[in-house]
Amino acid sequence: MYNQTVMAKFLRPENAGTLRGANAVGKAGNATCGDVIKLYLLVDEEGVIEEAKFKTFGCPASIACSDVACDLVRGLLVDEALNVSSKEIYDELGGLDDSRVYCSVLAEDAIKLAVENYYKKISK
Amino acid sequence: MGRKVYLDNAATTYVSGEVLSEMLPCFNAIYGNSNSLHSYGRDASAIVDRARDRIAHAINAQKSNEIYFTSGGTEADNWAIKGIAHAYASKGKHIITSSIEHHAVLDSCKELEKEGFSVTYLPVDKTGLVNLADVIHAIRKDTTLISIMAVNNEVGTIQNIKAIAKTAHDYGLVFHTDAVQAVGAFRLDVQDMEIDAMSISGHKIYGPKGIGALYVKNGILIDNLIDGGNQERGKRGGTVNVPAVAGLGKAVEIACRDISINQQKLKAIRDYFIKSVKEKIDYIQINGHPQQKINGTVNISFEMAEAESLLMLLDLDGIAVSTTSACMSNALEPSHVLRAMGLSDDLAQSAVRFSFGKNLSKSDIDYVVEMLVKDVARLRSISAITKAGRK
Repeated sequence: MYNQTVMAKFLRPENAGTLRGANAVGKAGNATCGDVIKLYLLVDEEGVIEEAKFKTFGCPASIACSDVACDLVRGLLVDEALNVSSKEIYDELGGLDDSRVYCSVLAEDAIKLAVENYYKKISK
Repeated sequence: MGRKVYLDNAATTYVSGEVLSEMLPCFNAIYGNSNSLHSYGRDASAIVDRARDRIAHAINAQKSNEIYFTSGGTEADNWAIKGIAHAYASKGKHIITSSIEHHAVLDSCKELEKEGFSVTYLPVDKTGLVNLADVIHAIRKDTTLISIMAVNNEVGTIQNIKAIAKTAHDYGLVFHTDAVQAVGAFRLDVQDMEIDAMSISGHKIYGPKGIGALYVKNGILIDNLIDGGNQERGKRGGTVNVPAVAGLGKAVEIACRDISINQQKLKAIRDYFIKSVKEKIDYIQINGHPQQKINGTVNISFEMAEAESLLMLLDLDGIAVSTTSACMSNALEPSHVLRAMGLSDDLAQSAVRFSFGKNLSKSDIDYVVEMLVKDVARLRSISAITKAGRK
């Protein structure tokens, strides 16, 4: 069901946990399976994502996708983060079982929602 | 190699030594075709007859010829639902079942719906019980068959089979039960319980895989399943799998013979497990009926910890458990059983089934609980669902 990369990320996620000073959060939920990914971003004044962390309620694939999503957005401009796709997350993990592809989509959703949340906050 | 504990006996069991000894000679010593007339065939036939007698005796069937061997519980369920529905189709095309049946029953019903049958899927209460009044309300003029499982495979709730069977007969209907999880858990007496058809399986009771049986009371109509031979009274053709049949006969005999001692042991293990888990882990919910349940299966929701991730962590600790039913582990949706019982998606998604076997020790349970404490805490520490945000 899960390849070694997915299992390694699941067992030792480097980006799991809360993020002090986070100024954006994206919460994506899958209504069918119940998985929830919360992605926290710390964006600096230039709009660069300094740090990203996650908290996830979900299967090993969802946790692995969350971890990869954090790695992929770190260092990007907020706008650039919108270009991170589920396909990239999928590829980074060396592929996912067909039944778990939705987990990568969920992680992409979380990134987009976090960016949306960031813009909402700075426009206030 | 680290420690290993198998807590998935509702998925399958090992083959017990007594059963294996019964089977082994059938592979190379008594290898005749049980349909042949010569001595080789007669010897094999005698083994098949003995297995049939043992099962008939164990479930108190009136006659041994009411036992038909199948490839397992799934085939028995498919055959019972479709075969009986078709045989009575001229009388009516409505079937009543429950929403928490095994997919062998549910998907058979779905197939019949495609053919123009209508099916009522009865709800269950939060303990997983079918309400008898709901059964009565669902009966129509064109109803022919009621099929309700004896024990649910995911939560272990025991249905009021006898009362439902009696009701079916009050209305002149046929009653079938999927008893795959019930054999060995309590005494099944098909005459006393008024069961017309009953599915059983070998590999849940320390017998071999790929073998099961359908009890069909004489006088109940059922279409033939496989044409091409006079085996199983012409209803299911094909050379009989003699070793598996011998194993099934022995497994059913032992399971029914040892009910009392096995259940005492399983109850002690189950109660100790639940007590330990309750003491050491907060925010849990035990799913299923508080009393009317089998001793071998416990279903627990560990709030805020997702079940599949928990399964994988426990697996790395050498512990085998399951989430919903094993056939479903590829599915995305939470268990249809837990949903029918009204569990929220979060709780259904956190539910793990522990099913005990007769060889477990107290120290096995101590080890499992220790690992559970660690693994649940780990998943909760990175969970998106917080204590405050629980539904």
